Amino acid sequence: MRIAVLSGKGGTGKTLVSVNLAAAAHKAVYIDCDVEEPNGHLFFKPAVIQEEEIAIKIPAVDNTRCNGCRQCVDFCKFNALASIKNQNKLIIFEEVCHSCGGCIMLCPEKALTEKEKVIGKIQKGMSDAVTVYTGILNIGEASGIPIIKQLLDDHKDTSGMPVFIDCPPGSACIVMESIKDADYCILVAEPTLFGVHNLNMVYELVKLFGKQFSVVLNKCLDGENPAEKFCIEKNIKIIGRIPFDTELGIINSNAEIAVRKNPKYGDIFSSLLETVVREVQHKHETTSHSQR
Amino acid sequence: MKQLLILSGKGGTGKTTIASAFIKLSGARAYADCDVDAPNLHLVTGQGFTPKKTDYYGLPKAEINAERCIKCNQCRQKCRFSAILIEKKHLVEKNYQVDPFACEGCGVCEAVCPVGAIALKPAVAGELMLYSNEKKVFSTAQLKMGSGTSGMLVTEVKKQMKSAAADTELAIIDGSPGIGCPVIASLSGVDMVLIVAEPSVSGISDMERIIKTATKFGTKIAVCINKYNTNIENTEKIEEFCAKQGLPFIGKIPFDAEAVKAINNGQTIVDIECPSGTAVTAVYHKTIALLFEEDGRSA
Repeated sequence: MRIAVLSGKGGTGKTLVSVNLAAAAHKAVYIDCDVEEPNGHLFFKPAVIQEEEIAIKIPAVDNTRCNGCRQCVDFCKFNALASIKNQNKLIIFEEVCHSCGGCIMLCPEKALTEKEKVIGKIQKGMSDAVTVYTGILNIGEASGIPIIKQLLDDHKDTSGMPVFIDCPPGSACIVMESIKDADYCILVAEPTLFGVHNLNMVYELVKLFGKQFSVVLNKCLDGENPAEKFCIEKNIKIIGRIPFDTELGIINSNAEIAVRKNPKYGDIFSSLLETVVREVQHKHETTSHSQR
Repeated sequence: MKQLLILSGKGGTGKTTIASAFIKLSGARAYADCDVDAPNLHLVTGQGFTPKKTDYYGLPKAEINAERCIKCNQCRQKCRFSAILIEKKHLVEKNYQVDPFACEGCGVCEAVCPVGAIALKPAVAGELMLYSNEKKVFSTAQLKMGSGTSGMLVTEVKKQMKSAAADTELAIIDGSPGIGCPVIASLSGVDMVLIVAEPSVSGISDMERIIKTATKFGTKIAVCINKYNTNIENTEKIEEFCAKQGLPFIGKIPFDAEAVKAINNGQTIVDIECPSGTAVTAVYHKTIALLFEEDGRSA
């Protein structure tokens, strides 16, 4: 059961929701796919058991073999290669290479080979009974997609244990990669104009990907909630409301886990967890019915 | 043109709130929203007229001509992005298809296909919008859902702003969260970055990573704190960090329920009388002084 938590806008409470749901479940897996700015580990403070480097394959040139034919330069759609005129010298811009392997495949002189370049790492550790996976992109690297792929590939089969996927903000490729194999999506929304605008974007995204989803409203105050209004208009299911609460704010800003800190929050997230699990199981039943 | 970019690392710290206040205070004639996969600046900068819209073509996407395809499987073997799918019809018939979400447009499949059944086709990946009149130029964009290439669109947004407002003194650019490709694209060519930090453990960790990123690209940095009174202890830690790193710390803005109301009404926080508006004005003056003062050194 893989549950992705996303929001479009940053700072709406993705990490709050996914960390506390995993903690409320006791035995669970938490995967931080926000590899550019991972924060879940700050809350779980896992003992680091394993660390794995993530490398991508990029071309390396043997300039004694390059005859300056420019086939690779002309082929590369990402402009990751340049050839210096009259010098038979090839330059590779590693940061923009997408690792497609096309240049190596095409080189008639076999002047290009593949080498590994480390772009980040994955840490795996335990926090009570929660297994915490953290992807960390190295500073200056453009794409965390290979790290996200690796993080999620490790969890194709989770044998019933709930897996909570903490997604990056936005709606671009890194978010798409993070929700691709999720069984269910939770959209976390805050009651602001910006929050609603970005909620609409991820709503469009999960629809496009054919995902089952529902909304958790965070930072709820008395009075009108534009995010709630949006959900009602679009007929989107709201499965939880987390109040705007100074105590929760302080616990969260100190990177403490609310569920473990105060039973009051334990109750809120346990009941949210029950609803989520019920939703996912209900979805499974309906899909298996329709397959018959 | 002096370009000021507003970044934060962590999302939701107040980049757009501060950018919109700066735009109002400076009467900036040029500004841009580089957060192309979650743009919000247009919601509070009150355009009042329709923009010029242009389709943005990202990288092309491969397309397989089913009639020519001989199902040799070579494209599927060579594709590094698992973008070639086999569609089963009635459990037997197989059709090779491209998953447009996974395809990065590299062209390997096209090159390897022995029968010329694959072609790269241009694909709309988003929409650029330019609001331009005699008073201002506002460049923004919206990435199409399911499109990946946000960094390239960010570059286009900045290009569009620069070409429409080349003679303008000051440009204010709202950035995106994170440290990856859209952020790196937004950093290129700017004169200074204002980091909006948030006094939480997460906010501090993310701030340190965005500062390292901006440093790596050699950009001048200043730091301010938003919602500083939500955690005074962490606010002090950020100030200490900046002092230690020798980074200009240029002010702190309080959490302010009035600010939320202003934004929800489509106003900036300097359109109304409120504590955060007063604080952001002070931050603005220091930022501008810093941006223009070190001309000699950066030249």
